Amino acid sequence: MAIAKVNGVEVEFEPGMTVLQVAELAGEEIPRFCYHERLSIAGNCRMCLVEVKPGPPKPQASCALPAAEGQEIFTNTPMVKKAREGVMEFLLINHPLDCPICDQGGECDLQDQAVGYGRDDSRYDENKRAVEEKAMGPLIKTVMTRCIQCTRCVRFITEVAGSPEIGLISRGEDVEITTYLGAAVTSELSANVIDLCPVGALTSKPYAFEARPWELKKTESIDVMDALGSSIRVDGRANAVLRVLPRINEEVNEEWISDKTRYAVDGLQRQRLDRPYVRVDGKLKPASWAEAFAAVAAKIKATAPERIGVIAGDLQDAESLKATKDLFTALGVKNLDARQDGVALGAGPRESWLFNSTIAGIEDADVVLFVGSNPRLEAPVLNARFRKQWIAGKTRFGVIGEQADLTFDYDYLGAGAKTLSGLAKAKNDFVAAFKAAERPAIIIGQGAIARADGAAILKAAADLAKTFKVVREGWNGWNVLHTAAARVAGLDLGFVPAEGGLAAGDMLKPGALDVLFLLGADECESAASDAFKIYLGTHGDAGAHKADVILPGAAYTEKNGLYVNTEGRVQMGKRAVFPKGEAKEDWSILRALSETLGHKLPYDSLDQLRAKLFADHPTFGQIDFAPGSVPTVFDLAAVGGEGEATEAPFESPVKAFHLTNPIARASVTMAECAANVSAASKIAAE
Amino acid sequence: MMSRITQAVKGVALLDFAGAFGLAMKYLVAPKKTVIYPNERGPQSPRFRGEHALRRYPNGEERCIACKLCEAICPAQAITIEAEPREDGSRRTTRYDIDMVKCIYCGLCQEACPVDAIVEGPNIEFAVETREELYYDKEKLLDNGDRWERLIAKNLELDAPYR
Repeated sequence: MAIAKVNGVEVEFEPGMTVLQVAELAGEEIPRFCYHERLSIAGNCRMCLVEVKPGPPKPQASCALPAAEGQEIFTNTPMVKKAREGVMEFLLINHPLDCPICDQGGECDLQDQAVGYGRDDSRYDENKRAVEEKAMGPLIKTVMTRCIQCTRCVRFITEVAGSPEIGLISRGEDVEITTYLGAAVTSELSANVIDLCPVGALTSKPYAFEARPWELKKTESIDVMDALGSSIRVDGRANAVLRVLPRINEEVNEEWISDKTRYAVDGLQRQRLDRPYVRVDGKLKPASWAEAFAAVAAKIKATAPERIGVIAGDLQDAESLKATKDLFTALGVKNLDARQDGVALGAGPRESWLFNSTIAGIEDADVVLFVGSNPRLEAPVLNARFRKQWIAGKTRFGVIGEQADLTFDYDYLGAGAKTLSGLAKAKNDFVAAFKAAERPAIIIGQGAIARADGAAILKAAADLAKTFKVVREGWNGWNVLHTAAARVAGLDLGFVPAEGGLAAGDMLKPGALDVLFLLGADECESAASDAFKIYLGTHGDAGAHKADVILPGAAYTEKNGLYVNTEGRVQMGKRAVFPKGEAKEDWSILRALSETLGHKLPYDSLDQLRAKLFADHPTFGQIDFAPGSVPTVFDLAAVGGEGEATEAPFESPVKAFHLTNPIARASVTMAECAANVSAASKIAAE
Repeated sequence: MMSRITQAVKGVALLDFAGAFGLAMKYLVAPKKTVIYPNERGPQSPRFRGEHALRRYPNGEERCIACKLCEAICPAQAITIEAEPREDGSRRTTRYDIDMVKCIYCGLCQEACPVDAIVEGPNIEFAVETREELYYDKEKLLDNGDRWERLIAKNLELDAPYR
């Protein structure tokens, strides 16, 4: 530890910190535009000027100056004040005075810092420069005249997102931010540049002119678009969700979220099921809750439990899963499944279906093997961490599965199960590195295990993990990367077929069942089943189209709920707005239905339901705790099942990143993004 | 004793009566302060804060750019604005409502307006028969603006030196 003085107060700091960071340690605020904790240092806005002794008798850019032992840093001298006013005056020379029509107004760094550190007037009466708008795709609206060339967007896209599509061209007064060849930005993390932009040059296109920050009701919640459970802030007004922003959570999403997380929310206003429906003479007719319940009860009471099946969807909260499981178990139903895609998980120890290294902990891995996973599409925010490791040169990556652009280099080992089972004996650089690794990690994607021979592949992966000692004292490198936000909660709850029960795939076969209860299940072939279908969900998507009774539920922004992410971390989502129309929170629908069915569920409030949930499944009580953060050794022999693995190559289940769930499919913005991506790939193919 | 005599003399001479009569006669011929409303009106300051209006530019383009500063500053929360990009991409309101029943005529909205779009005009005669008629929408406010533009512009010009 070294010691420096900030405004006369001694501060201890780690060698290698910059002057700006040391000043922050001392509690001094340094204005800045280009500096950002998670990006490389550019030092081009000059707003962070401070006075440093010893040194030349002029102000210094604190963000790029390493702090040194015995240094004296001043942030409040007349020289600093004058320097800041001067820099601000220069920045404002070409910045238009259009704050009233700028969407950044009210949350603008330049606005705030101009008030805090600028002069009260301008001495500039020449013409301001104007810059043409750039087309950056359906998400990013540009007003490039407002740009102050901080290059945060360029650094983010290049360093974090790993798809260098934005750049700075020309020099001096002609300098401009632009996309290469004027093409739209296609990165899955692209919209984070909107948050990074300290001015209103890059703003949100779908949210353009919709609201001012002070009008919005802000609710801190959890995302369900992928299995990471990113921390988000839901901004709503008048019972409509207007936008989603990331919250800083070092353990999960740092401060990024994917474009889907951010922009699928306009799907919450479209295609919604806002009242119960009952199918009469082949047509869905609006009904009252009582009529819908009567139709369900009549059918279920007349059916033997072994002819009833339940499939749960990917966006469900733990409470609705628990209530569904309790209700149908009480009815004697054994055919329960939360795995729409038929993934071969759910038996064996809990560790076998978790991301045990934890999302933050995976950064410590030195060799990572992907098995049937494309993290760029399945969890873009996690992929940014892999890229961060790769840039730091700490980690070597290998892939079995699709040979996709992951934004980092990897050793391509093969396409399918054959490579996986033969890897232990294979002789190549990667295998040698994997063998020698201190913290090897295997990341198993749904593409490898969500198929008919999934159990055998899981077994092969477990054997491989055993051979390479992926799970060892102090390090657990066995990681399953889920794609569904509700999956881990479903597996933790034991929402899988009981002894003698049917799995999701078997339930859907024609003639297998007489009644099929779909709890927001839209990713399975429910149309194939000829059973009487009851759909409890939010959107008029695959599940609702063929349903005989529709019970309108609440989407993730409309209910308080627990979600378990891929690392087994239980997180609490909060209600931002109320359910649409006559829709109700899922658990309360199930509670009301249970009374009609004569098996009243033993809870009358969400708290009682949670108490029951915590009592039956204690892991749900460990809010915000990732079990993998305390590495445990578990028996890999118990993972996987018997069977013969086929030759078919592993394919990621996420084909179209922007259209993976009913909310995203109802979203106009996501449809535009998907069209944009397919157009871009067409051009690339040509 | 002396004062009693003086008072008696004053009473006999009808001095009080004469004074009061004189005063009455003076006001009888003096210029009148009362006005015969609505045929006559009192003077009105250019800063007078009457009925609201949304103004246009001389080319007919509406001034309001939906910055929502008036909505934010309104202490009575009488203003409601919704906005979206117009077809040409410019920022415009799709809804601009003022609840004239909530409004306290403080004038902060016109102070906050960066483009002099919302103003409180000179009009005071907007009494109506139902409450609903006092819930002004954008159409009504723009119509007010067109109707009163000449006077509003003159008032703004007169007040400009003091701003």
